[in-house]
Amino acid sequence: MTSKQKKHLIRILIGCVLFAAAYLLPVTGIWRLLVFLVPYGVAGWDVLWRAVRNIAHGQIFDENFLMALATVGAFCTSEFPEGVAVMLFYQIGEWFQSYAVGRSRKSIAALMNIRPDYANIEQDGELVQVDPDQVAIGQVIVVKAGEKIPLDGVVLEGSSTVDTAALTGESLPREVQPGDDVISGCVNLSGLLRVRVTKAFGESTVAKILDLVENASSKKAQAENFITKFARWYTPCVVIGAVLLAVVPPLLLQGGWSDWIHRALIFLVISCPCALVISVPLSFFGGIGGASKRGILVKGGNYLEVLAKTDTVVFDKTGTLTKGVFNVTAIHPDRYTEMQLLELAALAESYSDHPISRSLKEAYGKEPDTARVQDVQELSGRGVQARIDGKMVYVGNDKLMDQIGVHWHPCHHVGTTVHVAVEQTYVGHIVISDEIKQDAAQAINDLKAAGVSKTVMLTGDAKPVGEQVAQQLGLDEVYTELLPADKVEHVEQLLKQIPPKGALAFVGDGINDAPVLSRADIGIAMGAMGSDAAIEAADVVLMDDQPSKIAVAICIAKKALRIVRQNIVFALAVKALVLVLGALGQANMWEAVFADVGVSVLAILNAMRALHGKK
Amino acid sequence: MKKVLKLQDLDCAACAQKMEDAIKKLDGVEDAQVSFLMQKLTLTAADERFDDLVKQIVKVCKRVEPDCKILV
Repeated sequence: MTSKQKKHLIRILIGCVLFAAAYLLPVTGIWRLLVFLVPYGVAGWDVLWRAVRNIAHGQIFDENFLMALATVGAFCTSEFPEGVAVMLFYQIGEWFQSYAVGRSRKSIAALMNIRPDYANIEQDGELVQVDPDQVAIGQVIVVKAGEKIPLDGVVLEGSSTVDTAALTGESLPREVQPGDDVISGCVNLSGLLRVRVTKAFGESTVAKILDLVENASSKKAQAENFITKFARWYTPCVVIGAVLLAVVPPLLLQGGWSDWIHRALIFLVISCPCALVISVPLSFFGGIGGASKRGILVKGGNYLEVLAKTDTVVFDKTGTLTKGVFNVTAIHPDRYTEMQLLELAALAESYSDHPISRSLKEAYGKEPDTARVQDVQELSGRGVQARIDGKMVYVGNDKLMDQIGVHWHPCHHVGTTVHVAVEQTYVGHIVISDEIKQDAAQAINDLKAAGVSKTVMLTGDAKPVGEQVAQQLGLDEVYTELLPADKVEHVEQLLKQIPPKGALAFVGDGINDAPVLSRADIGIAMGAMGSDAAIEAADVVLMDDQPSKIAVAICIAKKALRIVRQNIVFALAVKALVLVLGALGQANMWEAVFADVGVSVLAILNAMRALHGKK
Repeated sequence: MKKVLKLQDLDCAACAQKMEDAIKKLDGVEDAQVSFLMQKLTLTAADERFDDLVKQIVKVCKRVEPDCKILV
């Protein structure tokens, strides 16, 4: 509770006591008015003051003004206790609303408590704390046990375990050793680490994530835009309704002024659209916050809306459903020795960051001598060509071999076959295989359970490999041997097939699939720790490698939308009901205050459910 | 230039909307987002007019919602 809230609460309590005292005092006439004016003044002086001030500023449809008018009106019609009670009740509601919003804000802020406050650098043999913003690329920082890693970098010295939970939602700590990459925002759990910084703070993972989540609220969902528009019309309409109600019936019926004015005052009390204006964005924000707690970054409320409608999920294979960690499982040279063949492949791929290149380099075991390599050209979807020791070397799939007109032969091993040709001669192939992720089958099951009707896999890999994976996982459709451009085409085909109210999600690892990510209704990039391209192109980013998080994201989105709908229907229904009853003279001011602040508080509490719980 | 300004005592969501509308109407403001939840104003405007605009915004907000302070 802030000090402002405390003061407010004390004033409300004093107001309540004075009100009770006034109620019990046996006085009549003018004295009764004066006695009730005391608690009224204590409880509501700020509302009255603001009302006067805001009118001076030209703000007519202001909550304070309306509340002041309603209560003063009650006094004028000699309903003293009601005037005080309404003011008190309104203040209690306001207080509770401010408290609830403060709490929500805090719990959301706690989620984003990954911003590092300082970085330790060594100066003249001593550790100095500096702002992470001031550390340059290449500088060495020291991270002690229990501290947050402030910047992305590579471990130079020390081994430790790091807690990535704040970023990925993954509770199992990760081991790091010299040479491993570490990511800002993780917590160093055990040992002392010396880290060479590889990215400036503004470019670091933690800064990107914070930026993304904080700006998520500016991408408004349709429901939010609807509420904004609605709010703009609602208040003036209700106020005009109140004026008409106060004037027209008594003129027609010639009398009954005080009764009709009283009914009109009820209108004024419910004319603030606050319940909706707060609770709808709060529900979306809660959904986004709850998702980020589980390592799912959603870039805006609008994407939650689309996620909730997901009907078809299209997967990329490598790195998404499979680990993307390839291992060389066979080396079949036609010429040269096995080692020479592997060396050629590793050299040609030495500049590439593709998972296949990495596995070749890993199998090669030595640092490739890049001085021997020239004119490297990556051929998207086919492979690489490079000049090694003066000779043109081609490393890639059968399409590449066909393109350069080299005769190749298939391999009996199931896996990705990487062919190697020197100039125009086929020299052999290397077989690489990938492993299916542990939770991939579960992910597909969960998606079906979450109401996704179709799952599709697109892959650039060979047909037998792709089909085998698809069958193992129980995917509905599979398309193999695709170039990146083909993937876009297939996604467009699939987009035509989805039902009008459904949406298509594409899940990829962000390498080579940026165009597809942006073409799909919603692009989900996974394993994005550190991959800038993925964070840029996607609408939803999964921080870890688990495809099962997609179903979690869909469930969170559905829940958030359900809450939004509940809040809109509930708030509108209660307000409409009280308006109608008020017009008919069946509602009193208490009910009206409940329809205003009470509904608002309930809607906020409901909205906070979006932040917590899984289903 | 895009800059985030903190807001203090922004107590009502409808007022946040009103502030946003009022700021957007100012000449020279490219975009403005008032986030009630984050208690901040994200302002996009041309560099050379920025400081001048911030002064105007403070004034406008004082009129629309006098309780809310913009921390510059």
